[in-house]
Amino acid sequence: MTGFVDLNNIRLAYDGGDGTLALDGLTMAVQKGEFAAVVGPSGCGKSTLMKLATGLIRPQAGTVEVAGKEVDGPVSVAGMAFQNPSMLPWRTTLKNVMLPLEIVQPHRRRLKSEYESYVARAESLLEVVGLKGFGDKFPWQLSGGMQQRANLCRALIHDPALLMLDEPFGALDAFTREELWQVMRDLHAEKGFTVILVTHDLREAVFLADRVFVMSARPGRIIVERQVEFPRPRPIDLTYDGDFNDIVHELRGHIAEARAAA
Amino acid sequence: MTNERWIKAAPWLWTIGLFVVWEAACKGLDIAVFILPAPTDIWAAIVKYWSPIWKNSLQTLFTTTVGFLLAVVGGLALGLAIGWSRAIYAGLYPLMIGFNSIPKVAVVPILVIWFGIGTVPAVLTAFLIAFFPIVVNVATGLATIEPEMEDVLRALGAKKMDIMLKVGIPRSMPYFFGSLKIAITLAFVGSVISETVAANAGIGHMMLAAQSQFNVPLVWAGLVALAVLGIVMYAAMAWLEMRMTGWAHRSGRN
Repeated sequence: MTGFVDLNNIRLAYDGGDGTLALDGLTMAVQKGEFAAVVGPSGCGKSTLMKLATGLIRPQAGTVEVAGKEVDGPVSVAGMAFQNPSMLPWRTTLKNVMLPLEIVQPHRRRLKSEYESYVARAESLLEVVGLKGFGDKFPWQLSGGMQQRANLCRALIHDPALLMLDEPFGALDAFTREELWQVMRDLHAEKGFTVILVTHDLREAVFLADRVFVMSARPGRIIVERQVEFPRPRPIDLTYDGDFNDIVHELRGHIAEARAAA
Repeated sequence: MTNERWIKAAPWLWTIGLFVVWEAACKGLDIAVFILPAPTDIWAAIVKYWSPIWKNSLQTLFTTTVGFLLAVVGGLALGLAIGWSRAIYAGLYPLMIGFNSIPKVAVVPILVIWFGIGTVPAVLTAFLIAFFPIVVNVATGLATIEPEMEDVLRALGAKKMDIMLKVGIPRSMPYFFGSLKIAITLAFVGSVISETVAANAGIGHMMLAAQSQFNVPLVWAGLVALAVLGIVMYAAMAWLEMRMTGWAHRSGRN
């Protein structure tokens, strides 16, 4: 296996191995620069997958490799964003976005001396996601969709090679969600990072991803890998296309089977 | 708009109303001064005994403030320790519950044995009684960090110290400043209890002395002094809370 993110024959149970078996025999490889989506029935351990790949938890069996190195602790090459934007209410949006820079080296060391250039970087990122001029607002002055945009900026501020998204658009209304799909599409095209997107939304997965991984019910493993061949950049109208919907249907079938098998 | 004005005037109207009714009841029903002095009698006592009231008020204010400050330092430190480590939490929590369930007035005799009658027992009683809500609130603030936030930071390689400084401590500040309002009120209760039982100065002591001389208007004047002190200290803490953690009270300004 020679992916950028390699999960090899993972077995993981909660509570240090005694609890529920969450993942068993899970193998997946995501190539560098690839946009991967993981879908599956609820409770199949999708979110656990995120924590594995970022080194927050260790598997009981199998190996996790990111960028050719075995993961034995938190990997700072990753940026994360969850469904809950979890902005800190006492910081302005700009300061929230810049939070990772106060943690991750080498930025942490340079932040003070090169503060202006880092601010410029954060502001340009805010502009890309459509939040130009909102940097000095507090997160609670922003709408849910705007907070989620800021959340994406925070995940990307330290230029991670790997972006892990756990249902980041799940709590948004349909229009905002489609808008953010396009923001995500453009960010990925521009920066070329590797993405693993965990989602319930099959249309989201098919629109954004190069490859969709379908997980089985618990204990989770990958049962189907579906390449999505649509050329990029993909227009949002694609999501109303016949071919697009065929793939969504096909995936839906796999998940229905996985649920029935459980 | 008139409604708004009524709401603004309401606290004053009700306070004045209370005193008017009180006065009328005392005079109209001819209630004896040693049962319930009328507000005018109490006012007369305040004017007459202004000097001892002022001196004893300062003493009570002093013991309360010192005890409160000790409670802030100790409560903040212990709250952070408990919120920091689950082992410390598990070990200390039962002890603290047990300790807190002791009525603090019962501790005063022990403090008197150790330190004698006077300022020190009052300060320590204030400290002991005010300390607990601060600990609990700070620890709660730390314990309720969103797990997603922690994951985001830990995945970036943040150490426990980073998470505490960047998220935990700022996050627990509204709880902390909120608890100060409770703590100052309790500290006040503690020092007055101690002064009443075992002191030779302070409003509590003054009221006890006045009572033994059947100087009932002065006893009531002491109550008024306590009410004023209590309101001032509470207001100071409420102001401090608004000032320090305005971000947590955002709904009013949006």
